[in-house]
Parts: sequence; structure tokens; C-alpha cells
Amino acid sequence: MSILTAQRTTTAQAPLRKAPKRRLRGEAKLHPVVWVFVVAVMGFSLIPFYWLVNTSLKTGPSLSKGELFPSQPTIGNYLAVFQNPEFLLALRNSVIIAVVTTTVALVFASFAAYALARLKMRRKALILTLILSVTTFPAIAIAAPIFSIWREIGLYDTLLGLIIPKLTFALPLAIYTLTSFFREIPRELEESAYMDGATPFMAFRKVILPLAVPGLATTAILVFISVWNEFLLAVTLTTSPEARPVPVAIAFFSGTSEFDQPLGTISAASVIITVPLVILVLLCQRRIVSGMTAGAVKG
Amino acid sequence: MAVKFLSPGSGVSGRGVNGRDRAERRLAVRMAAPSLVLMALVAAVPIGYALWLSLNQYSVRTAGLSRFVGLENYVSALTGPHWWAAFGQTFLFAGLSVSLELVLGTAMALLLNLAFRGRALLRTVVLLPYAVVTVVSAITWETMFQPNLGLVTNVLSMLGLPGGDVVWLGERGYAMAVIVLADIWKTTPFAALIILAGLQVIPAETYEAAELDGASKWQAFIGITLPLLRPAIVLAAIFRTMDALRVFDLPFVLTRGANGTESMSMLAYTQLRENRLVGEGSALSILTFLTVMAVSVVYIRFAGGNIRDVAKEEQ
Repeated sequence: MSILTAQRTTTAQAPLRKAPKRRLRGEAKLHPVVWVFVVAVMGFSLIPFYWLVNTSLKTGPSLSKGELFPSQPTIGNYLAVFQNPEFLLALRNSVIIAVVTTTVALVFASFAAYALARLKMRRKALILTLILSVTTFPAIAIAAPIFSIWREIGLYDTLLGLIIPKLTFALPLAIYTLTSFFREIPRELEESAYMDGATPFMAFRKVILPLAVPGLATTAILVFISVWNEFLLAVTLTTSPEARPVPVAIAFFSGTSEFDQPLGTISAASVIITVPLVILVLLCQRRIVSGMTAGAVKG
Repeated sequence: MAVKFLSPGSGVSGRGVNGRDRAERRLAVRMAAPSLVLMALVAAVPIGYALWLSLNQYSVRTAGLSRFVGLENYVSALTGPHWWAAFGQTFLFAGLSVSLELVLGTAMALLLNLAFRGRALLRTVVLLPYAVVTVVSAITWETMFQPNLGLVTNVLSMLGLPGGDVVWLGERGYAMAVIVLADIWKTTPFAALIILAGLQVIPAETYEAAELDGASKWQAFIGITLPLLRPAIVLAAIFRTMDALRVFDLPFVLTRGANGTESMSMLAYTQLRENRLVGEGSALSILTFLTVMAVSVVYIRFAGGNIRDVAKEEQ
């Protein structure tokens, strides 16, 4: 700031520069150096993906060569993954866990978020702080005691035993994101519902929820990704293929035979579970961005 | 616990407030209660139980046999070498990855804020690693650094640079570098998007004034953009630090905690699951919890003041 104010006097009589370079709508020509940065960022983001796919197409001795293109590409690794009953079980488990957790979290969280965004409530700030602080809990602090409790009551190594603690971490994320979406809906719409004699709950059901569908979809995507990705609870609270979700299954993956280098099959399994997420990003990019930054600007 | 002091009839609510008001407050409690109760049951109760577990010693041989040992588990953790090694390694990882992510994230955000053909493509490409499962991000970077197979190791030996013939995941320092890189790859987009959101609310007139004053682009960035971006950067820093201090997936998959990469969460997990030391494992998870909470309190104090300063400057 001080540099700028100091220069104010000296540059006052200097000739005006060209029109400001910032164009809000139109497209600007980029400086070549900036293009270098753009290409570098794209390369950093994409090349590792390419290398994973490259590795997944190699078997046997070619797995110990750094060929840029596999000389004998094979889908053998992919076939091995799909013939692996443990991987298929893990896929099933992950889908069940993610769908159930996301659905339940969204229902609970939309109620709580409406109360926090719109209704009169005491100690709202304290409650929001508490909810937010749950998102910073290290999962190990919960996983360790739940491991002991679940073994006592028979929930250890079950899908339900994973869904319950995952819900605890999904809820604050969903509540936080939904609260900021609900706040963006104009109040006048509810006011007119109140004029027509609606109760606050009717206003929520008939006015807010329909308008919040895009926000609910965004929140669902974010919660789904985070539940699908979660690893620590999953690895602590399961032990058998019947309950293991995909990330744990991949982490414990071994080759189909002892002569097979497992990295090829592990890479293939990684590609398989990454494809749906890549499609999700391509289709819902805007939603994901708006959800990630929801509340970030307004605090 | 949150529900109790919110119950209708307690405190000020009542006569002075009109009926709709009271109905609204009651509804608010009912709507928030299920989530709050569930979070209290599955987050607060287990942490209390972990405290109890950490004060006992459990027999490895006979299930259910235990004796109260007080703070013994904590004393042995805090005087032994493992906890402090994991503590230092976790903070080293968090410091390296978060600071690099903030610098790279700011650069990425500046690029994404430029209007140019291909911006939409850049945004999509940048977002892709964010959607990847952390375990997969670990495997991806494992393939990049494999001794003969890896792209990085091959390029390094082709250029005759050091590191080409190193087993990266098998050596101290190198293993940490791979873990930091895998984290940067996956989570820089998050920092970039938070910072981009902050960038987009800076009014264009701010820059026009600076440009009339003859400030260079760099001067405008240092003098205007960075100070106005501070709240967004601090926010990204908080989120990323809290995440980095809990790091578990990356060392688990890449090294199983070997070669100077064991994090606090990994150490607690290993004692609990692999060595079946419930008391020690619980004490370590409580120590991890306290460490993360202490950092978050410090951060929020500091960031709270930071954000207030900016608000004052803007007035």
C-alpha cells in the first residue's frame, strides 16, 4: 500500500496508460510466460494419471521398465481385478456405505441446517462452532474407542458399524454446506408463505426445500466423495472382505499369483475406481466448486 | 447436551415473546436435535471412553482382563521415542505440504482468475486430482517413483540427476518427499478454489486505481491482492493444516510408516490394531486429539484477529 501512495504524486502527470488490461467478459491474450505456467499446472495434474494408466496396462517383465508407452499393452490386469471376488465385494460395500450415509446425512442435515440458517434459536453461534469443530476431530480419536465398543456389541466388521461413525463426520460437512446454501435463498419467499398462514415447517418443506434442490445435490456429491474416500475408520473397523470398502481392499491388494507383480493389478483397480469420480467431476464441476467454496467467502 | 439448555421454558423465552416466536424456537430445537444427538453420541461419548481406556492396561493374552494404571500409558508414551518422532514427522509433513499448497494454490487461483480461452478446461483439469481417493493418489505416486518403472526416476537418470537410482520409498527424506508430493497433488486444488473465491470478490476498481497510479502488476499483487486475499488464504491454511495433522492414508499405503514417515494417527493405529495394545493405543489417540485441538484453538485465535484486522482496514 505504502508503495502505491508514495508513487501517487510522481505519476500524476505521467501520460495515461493504455486502457485497463482487465477484461471481465472478453478473453485476453496471455503472456507466453503465463502459458508456460498453464501448461505446467495441466501437466502436473494430468501426467500422474497417465502414468497410473500406463502402469495398469503392463504385466510381467515390462512392469520393471519405464517405457513411455507399454510395448505390449494388455488388459490382463483389469480382467484379474474383475475376477477378484474380494474387489467386487469391496465395490458393493463401498456403494452401500456411501449411498446410505449420504442419504441419511442429507435428511438429518437439511433439518439442522434450516434451523441454523433461518429459525430463531439460542446459542446458534456456539452450536455452529461445535459442529464445525467435529470436522477437525482426528478420526483416530474416535476409531480407537469405537473399535473396542463395536467388538463388545457385535458391530465390529459390519457395514452398519462403518456407516454410524462415518455419518458423524458426514453430518457436519453436510450441515455446514447446506446452511450456507439455505442462507442464500431470499427471505421474501418465506415471508409470503407466512402471509398465507404457513408454519415455519411448512415454509421449509414447500418453499425452502424445492428451491434448495441444487444445493442439496451439491452437498450430496461432496458428502459422497468424502465418504467414498474415507480410509482410517474403514481400515480400523473392518477385518474381512465382507465389510471392507474399496480403499481398504486396494491398500491390501496382492497379486493374483506370486509371480505377478501386484503393482499392475493395484494400478488397474485404482483406475477402475477413479473413472466414476472423473466422470462425476466432468459432469458436476460447477456444483463441486460452488459447494467447496460455500461459506468460504461469507465466512 | 446441547439440547438441554435449549429446551423450551428455560431462561428468557416465555411470556415476553410472542407465540410464533416460541413455536419457531421449539421447531428449531426439534430440527437440530437429531443431528446434534447423533454427533454427541458418536463423537463425544467415544472420546470419553477412550480417556477411560487410556488409563488402563489390557492383557494381550486374556480378553477382558485389565487393570487400572492411571497415567502410566501417557508417561511411557511421552518419555519414549515413538510419540515424539511421530509428532515431529507429522508437523514436518504438515508444514511442508501446507506451505507449498498455499503458494501453489495462490498461483493456480491467479491463473484461474484470468479470462482466456481454455480457462474452463484448466479448471476441470485442476479439479481432477481432488476427486481421487487418497489411497489411489498414494498408488499413483508410487508408480511415478518406482525404481525402474517410475516416470520421475527414469527422467532423473536420463538427465543424469541424483535420485534416479534411489529407492524413494525406502529411504528417509525421500519417502517423506513422495508423501508430501502426493498430498500436494491431491489437495492444492482445494486451496486454489478457496483462494479463487476470495480473489473474485475483490472489486476491479481497486486495480484500476492502482493502474492509474502507475503501479506495476507485481506491486499491485503485493500491495492490493495479497492483503485482500489474506482471509481466504488463512481459511485455506486452517482447513489444510487440520487435515494434514491427521495424515494417515498416504503413509499407510506408501510406507506403512517406515523410513521417517510415521504420523501421529499411524502410530496410534499401529499400537491399537497391529500390536493390540488398547491402553497405549488409546493414550496415543488422545494425545493426537489434544495436539490437533490445540493447534486449531491457536489458529482460530490468530485467524480471528487476522480477519478482524482486515475488516477494520476495509472500513
